[in-house]
Amino acid sequence: MSAQSTPTFRAVSPVGTAIQRANSARKGALIGYLPVGFPNLAESIDAAVALVENGVDILELGLPYSDPVMDGPVIQKATQTSLDNGFRLSDAFTAVEAIRARVDAPILLMTYYNPVVQYGIDRFADDLVSAGGAGLITPDLTVDSGAHWIAASDRTGLDRVFLAAPTSTDERLRLAVDNSRGFVYVVSTMGVTGARGDVDAAARTLVERLRANGLAEGSPAASTTGACVGIGISTGDQVAEVLEYADGAIVGSALVRALADGGVSEVARVAAGLAVGTAR
Amino acid sequence: MSTESATHLRDESGPFFGEFGGRFMPESLIAALDEISAVYEEAKADPTFAAELAELHRTYTGRPSIITEAPRFGEYAGGARIILKREDLNHTGSHKINNVLGQALLARRLGKTRLIAETGAGQHGVATATAAALFGMSCVVYMGEVDTERQALNVARMRLLGAEVISVTTGTRTLKDALNEAFRDWVANVSDTHYVLGTVAGPHPFPVMVRDFHKIIGEEARAQVLELTGALPDAVVACVGGGSNAIGIFHAFLDDPDVRLYGYEAAGDGVETLRHAATITKGRPGVLHGSRSFMLQDADGQTLDSHSISAGLDYPGVGPEHAWLSSIGRATYLPITDAEAMNAFRILCQTEGIIPAIESAHALAGAIELGRELGPDATILVSLSGRGDKDVETAGRYFGVLDEAALAASALEQNALDANELTDGEAEAGELDHDAALTAAARQALDEASSRVDDLSAATGNGVER
Repeated sequence: MSAQSTPTFRAVSPVGTAIQRANSARKGALIGYLPVGFPNLAESIDAAVALVENGVDILELGLPYSDPVMDGPVIQKATQTSLDNGFRLSDAFTAVEAIRARVDAPILLMTYYNPVVQYGIDRFADDLVSAGGAGLITPDLTVDSGAHWIAASDRTGLDRVFLAAPTSTDERLRLAVDNSRGFVYVVSTMGVTGARGDVDAAARTLVERLRANGLAEGSPAASTTGACVGIGISTGDQVAEVLEYADGAIVGSALVRALADGGVSEVARVAAGLAVGTAR
Repeated sequence: MSTESATHLRDESGPFFGEFGGRFMPESLIAALDEISAVYEEAKADPTFAAELAELHRTYTGRPSIITEAPRFGEYAGGARIILKREDLNHTGSHKINNVLGQALLARRLGKTRLIAETGAGQHGVATATAAALFGMSCVVYMGEVDTERQALNVARMRLLGAEVISVTTGTRTLKDALNEAFRDWVANVSDTHYVLGTVAGPHPFPVMVRDFHKIIGEEARAQVLELTGALPDAVVACVGGGSNAIGIFHAFLDDPDVRLYGYEAAGDGVETLRHAATITKGRPGVLHGSRSFMLQDADGQTLDSHSISAGLDYPGVGPEHAWLSSIGRATYLPITDAEAMNAFRILCQTEGIIPAIESAHALAGAIELGRELGPDATILVSLSGRGDKDVETAGRYFGVLDEAALAASALEQNALDANELTDGEAEAGELDHDAALTAAARQALDEASSRVDDLSAATGNGVER
């Protein structure tokens, strides 16, 4: 099939656009993570909608997976609950469609690679486009192993977020910058997901290194790529601190814990508190 | 170049074996994997590294391991000439030490001071704990909670060697989850920690590097069999979980087209049931633990639970080089049930006076089938990858020869000792109840055990089945 003429192809990155808008109106973007199907499908959809209604600019929906090597205990427990409740991959598309019908924020799916491979990489991309999704974050797929996904996302115009770590060489940072669309996920600290008291100073250094390796300075234009910092961020103050040097802040475990402890109303309250950190 | 590599299967060195292998890992670990690749390449080119490892194998592992002819066992295998490669006689009791010493030497070159490992049966964990003690490094071993229960003796061995054993309670609580935990630890501690991956799976360079450290098994055995019989064996057989002992013994024979290679996977209750670990027989290609290979998975790519009486084969994945050897038809992978493996286990015990690991008993069961097919003129080399000391309780229970009453009595005695320690210098009132409760619990255990022994005795006594 001819790539350019695919009717669903998007020339403009929805995630890049949202980051640009957040950076011109406020200090930067807030990206919120929740797993699909936790505590059940309906409530996970309501909780995601509540995030957007309370200041989250971009949604990151996690696909529960049996072997989540990048996730800490809070997210593991939630995704295991979702799997135990019978999560199916098709639920992710259902959730994206339902959320997009209620709020206008771009949605990235955060997924380990094997479920995408088994679904069929091209079919996955097509169904994600049909559901109104923006793209993928791939924690265990790097640029050098990701040719098939890069081709599928080029064909469909989906955003693709690769990770940059404090241990990445300059050469690898440049690969991540050149091949990501939407943003580069800046892994703030060496470790798995989970709230931490301090966001590592390594994040600031890493964003500087990304800028030195081709990442656009200041607010990213919609066609280019921002730097968003994740892992360990759990308070509005930490969001504000990160947005001093990055284009966006990503919060996961703190939101999942709020949802686990106090349901949709609690996750809404925590999101609103985090969003305070985006104010100039 | 392409015809060259097609005729020399032994030269394949990753990251891909055909369409299998690769490196599907978080970016945080890529630098560490690149570093290992680079240091490993340096070490391979450095004769002092090979000399150091050879010296350790000579003076510590006990290499070369011998081969043993098993004629009485061979009677059960169609009269075929059965030759056992005795990796069970290595220090720590299995082939696992070959890889661990190699990786510990590399860790020292990398300047790492902490070793972590995953383990299923505990053999790899014991080997890693041993190397850590020998090299003066600290050691943490991740082991699924289910496995810590069925391999309690190996847990104690690791602790005696100074390692910390962490019981993994996430996911299915078995070997695959122990790998996940080890990767999580490594992501957080990569600056001072080397992950001693224990099989020929995982991201590049592990499948190649672990194979290279084990290929000494086949190199020795090929020369030993040639010397003994004047010819190459007709077939080489090994059990396959992740596949490290199998690739170790296969590798030297890959370019001997007349030597058939057979890997035996754990079929648990049978491949027609859902309780098995026959990855190549029943799985399909996917990405697990950093490489593309065959794996047991559902339609959505979620990893399925595996099952085997053998903790060391209870893994839903398999090394990518095996997936490749299967896909090109160079090696054949067949399932062996728990019952078939345990029958072969008992036959070897009673015909040759060798108690094999239950893992290795799968290879023995395969040799029995194959010998009956090939007949008395065939020579079959069997990888006896480990010894069965760790499996005495499992096998004893399986065959009903474990004196459960004595075990319970010894537990009762221990409880009494513990209770006495508690009462010394403590207030009496609560302790009396505690004591009474312990005694009652121990009595009940004793009664239950005695009745189980009666049941089992009735069910056995049929000796070796031909």
